[in-house]
Amino acid sequence: MAQFIVHPRTLKILSFILVFSAWEYAGRIPVSPAFPTFLETMAALWDLIMDGSMLKAYPETLKPLALGVIISTIFGIGSGIWMGLSRKAEWFGAPIFIVMQSAPLAALIPLLVMAYGIGLTAKILVVCIMAMPVIVLNTFNAVRNTPHSLTEMGRAFQGSQFDIIMKIIVPSASPLIFAGLRLGVSAGFIGAILAELLITPTGIGDLISYNQSIAEYGKMYAAIFSIIVLSVIFLELLEKAEHSLFRPDKRESL
Amino acid sequence: MNLAEKISPVNDTSAVETPAVSVKGISKVYPGGVQALDNMTLDFPKGELISLLGPSGCGKTTLLKIIAGLIPATSGEVLVNDKPVTRPGNDRAFVFQDFALMPWATVMRNTAFGLELRGMDKSEREAIAEKYIKDVGLSGFEHSYPHELSGGMRQRVGLARALSMDADVLLMDEPFSAVDEQTRRKFQEDLIRLVEVEKKTFIFVTHSIEEAVYVSDKIALLLPRPSRVSEIIRPDICRELGPDAMRRDSAYLDTVEQIWSSLRSYVE
Repeated sequence: MAQFIVHPRTLKILSFILVFSAWEYAGRIPVSPAFPTFLETMAALWDLIMDGSMLKAYPETLKPLALGVIISTIFGIGSGIWMGLSRKAEWFGAPIFIVMQSAPLAALIPLLVMAYGIGLTAKILVVCIMAMPVIVLNTFNAVRNTPHSLTEMGRAFQGSQFDIIMKIIVPSASPLIFAGLRLGVSAGFIGAILAELLITPTGIGDLISYNQSIAEYGKMYAAIFSIIVLSVIFLELLEKAEHSLFRPDKRESL
Repeated sequence: MNLAEKISPVNDTSAVETPAVSVKGISKVYPGGVQALDNMTLDFPKGELISLLGPSGCGKTTLLKIIAGLIPATSGEVLVNDKPVTRPGNDRAFVFQDFALMPWATVMRNTAFGLELRGMDKSEREAIAEKYIKDVGLSGFEHSYPHELSGGMRQRVGLARALSMDADVLLMDEPFSAVDEQTRRKFQEDLIRLVEVEKKTFIFVTHSIEEAVYVSDKIALLLPRPSRVSEIIRPDICRELGPDAMRRDSAYLDTVEQIWSSLRSYVE
């Protein structure tokens, strides 16, 4: 029994119950007429799923999101590794990504729209600007801080440069790379919604802004809730992928 | 025990045979101008365990890494089996001070990693690794990860990895300095046995006088500023005595004392 209570899964469920109860309570006070209760939101979510508007909205949102995240992942990890291995690449690349990370995105969006229009390209770029810097900078730091003795071991046992990168540097850096990916992907989710709210209302962004404008707050929060759930599920999958791909030692110790 | 009797026959054979490793006029200046080694010349005869002993800053680890081909010498050359060293090679294997095990790999993969980098296929390299895991006393831990092992067991993995390369020369960089005292003693005893069984040349860097005297066939005493080999000491200890008696043997204690008096002025 005691073991059941402190089991991680029990605690996770307990934490969900706590948050949702607080939400339900806050909605019933009510904090604001524009703030629905948890149960109302869930009912609205059910409606949105059943009337097909979720099914229509998600492909639209996921397209720039998925493309942006894939581009950021491949390009971000690649350039992070390169910058970690070469000082010259670091001098060239690091300032760009540091500027990108600290740039206020909302202020850049009009510029992006001027340059790339209001279509898919601008939205993908917003996702990339949000997701890429943290992926690049984490990868770069992780690669740069690979324990010296491990790379020296690789050289002492005559590993090729490629083997040392793939078999020593990347697995050694993978926890930090994946931490960057998790941050990057969740920033990418924010970017995708931001793009839909600020550039053209499509997909989930449209569901949010449309239902807000007609005072259907239940549906508005249902749309927000759904994107958070999706983001959490994706991040969980990412962690599983990390452990099975690179770090079996972490999986066993959990 | 007569010192002269014990030494002379050994000296005669080593004079004829070519040394396993021969260091000729090696100098190393690090970027920034720090002179780690200055024109050092030293021979390492086959099948012996030679310690490089000295206070910190005498360049003993630098010398070991130059022999390994991990860092280039500024001038001079190193010959291993009469071939000049330019890079790491199959004839040498390295045991690291901090073990240098990959935390994400099992004992088996870590042990077989040198062979994996050599491109040997999985079943073959694991069969070899299996043998050396058994030799170092880690049977049953093949599928454990390094964080599940004690410090001493981790270094056994490092040792098994080096042994599985079947190199002529084993380079050990303060291999026991990161393990606890009791484990270290057991290790030293195992090492002596290993030198007898494996017929390899061991080059052993240490800063412990007792350790050097206990395990070595020869000790090269290195002194800093400028770094040089100050003397070669051949500990006159009878190995048949057994480990405990050996540590109480007067020859052992005298040698420790003699080395300490040479080093004393360089410490601090």
